[in-house]
Amino acid sequence: MNWDVLLHYAPSLIGGFGVTVMCWSAGCALGLLIGFAIALGYEARFRTLRALLRCYVEVVRGTPFLMQLFLLYAGGPSIGLRLSATAAGILGLGLYSSAYFSEIFRGGFAAVPRGQVEAAMSVGMPPRFILTRIRLPVALVVAAPPIVNTLIVMSKETVVLSIITVPELMYQMQTMAAETFTAFDAIFAMAVFYWLLVEFVSRLGRRVERRATAFLASHA
Amino acid sequence: MRPQVIFHSFGYLTEAAGVTIAISFAGIALGFLIGAAVCIGRLSGRRWLETLGGVYISVFRGVPLLVQLLFIYYFLATLGLDVPALVAAIGGLGFASGAYQAEILRGALNAIPSGQSEAAVALGYSPLDRWRLILLPQALRLAIPPLINEFILLLKASSLVSVVGIAELTRVSMNIAAMTYRPLEAYVGGGLFYLAINLALAGAGALAERHFGSAR
Repeated sequence: MNWDVLLHYAPSLIGGFGVTVMCWSAGCALGLLIGFAIALGYEARFRTLRALLRCYVEVVRGTPFLMQLFLLYAGGPSIGLRLSATAAGILGLGLYSSAYFSEIFRGGFAAVPRGQVEAAMSVGMPPRFILTRIRLPVALVVAAPPIVNTLIVMSKETVVLSIITVPELMYQMQTMAAETFTAFDAIFAMAVFYWLLVEFVSRLGRRVERRATAFLASHA
Repeated sequence: MRPQVIFHSFGYLTEAAGVTIAISFAGIALGFLIGAAVCIGRLSGRRWLETLGGVYISVFRGVPLLVQLLFIYYFLATLGLDVPALVAAIGGLGFASGAYQAEILRGALNAIPSGQSEAAVALGYSPLDRWRLILLPQALRLAIPPLINEFILLLKASSLVSVVGIAELTRVSMNIAAMTYRPLEAYVGGGLFYLAINLALAGAGALAERHFGSAR
């Protein structure tokens, strides 16, 4: 293990880690937003819209993330969509995760007992309050564990962004490896680092999830 | 958008899809063997085997697949072994998938009511027969849906294998994009192939589920 090299490249590695975290949080925030919108869209009365949303989710979940990134980054300019690598990465992560998040939200809404919604309707609650005060709290309790799980999966997917030259951690690490001929050391350090990161995030996620579920359950 | 590009490269894409399917099959098969071994270790009752299995699952699920692939690829190189990229690719997919499959199998075994095992013991089944006739048939049946799901995930993950230079679907799409200067068409074409394979897999999974699942 060559510690001098790692120390020398520390600034660029830390910068890369910053980009990783930024892409991850921005991409997942985008994904949660789009996913939630899709889940709401399933309730629309237009059958075509529902069919289109279903198609979107199936296509996104049925093709590899790397392929989608190439399509956005390299294929985008053909239809006038010129994005920087980082922007393409964030948008790609957002679109990719939105398909998974939408299914989670849909499952959450489906788990709301019918009687609760009927009761709210019979006491004359307006639809938007039925959504925000009855359905959403219950749906979020059900959705919290799989959301945390998907967030962790997405943190690992950010590594793929290095292939379209987003300057995140993996990219910086490979640059270092190429410049110093320390490929093995670099990849080994990388593996250990990601393992620790994912372990940490999983443990943290489980804790947050317990708290959130307890909080929402007590207020629902 | 010029769809002719996709039609012209149809032959290349079909061939590449074959490579993708072959690698995924090899990966899932290797993963099943590893997963079964890790699962046996986790349920063996020996403390050190249980810990070892737990560490294996944690590491191979925690480290991103791309890092694992490059690790295996470079690790073999530093040992002076000139192993073909194909071996590194299948090994990488298999090791990673093994961790997930171990958990799938454990979950399936745990889902069998304990009364089944107790009844087998009470009826005087030997341990081998208990596993062969009572536990495994039920566990495998329960494991079919998650295993199909894992296969679809692995097939998508196999696109990362393009990084170590294997001419599978993603790599060939990249080459077509480079040859024709038409990246949009090339990647749409490649994506359609992935989609078709995955839909076929999901369909086969539903059939298998209906065929084997009815016995429950």
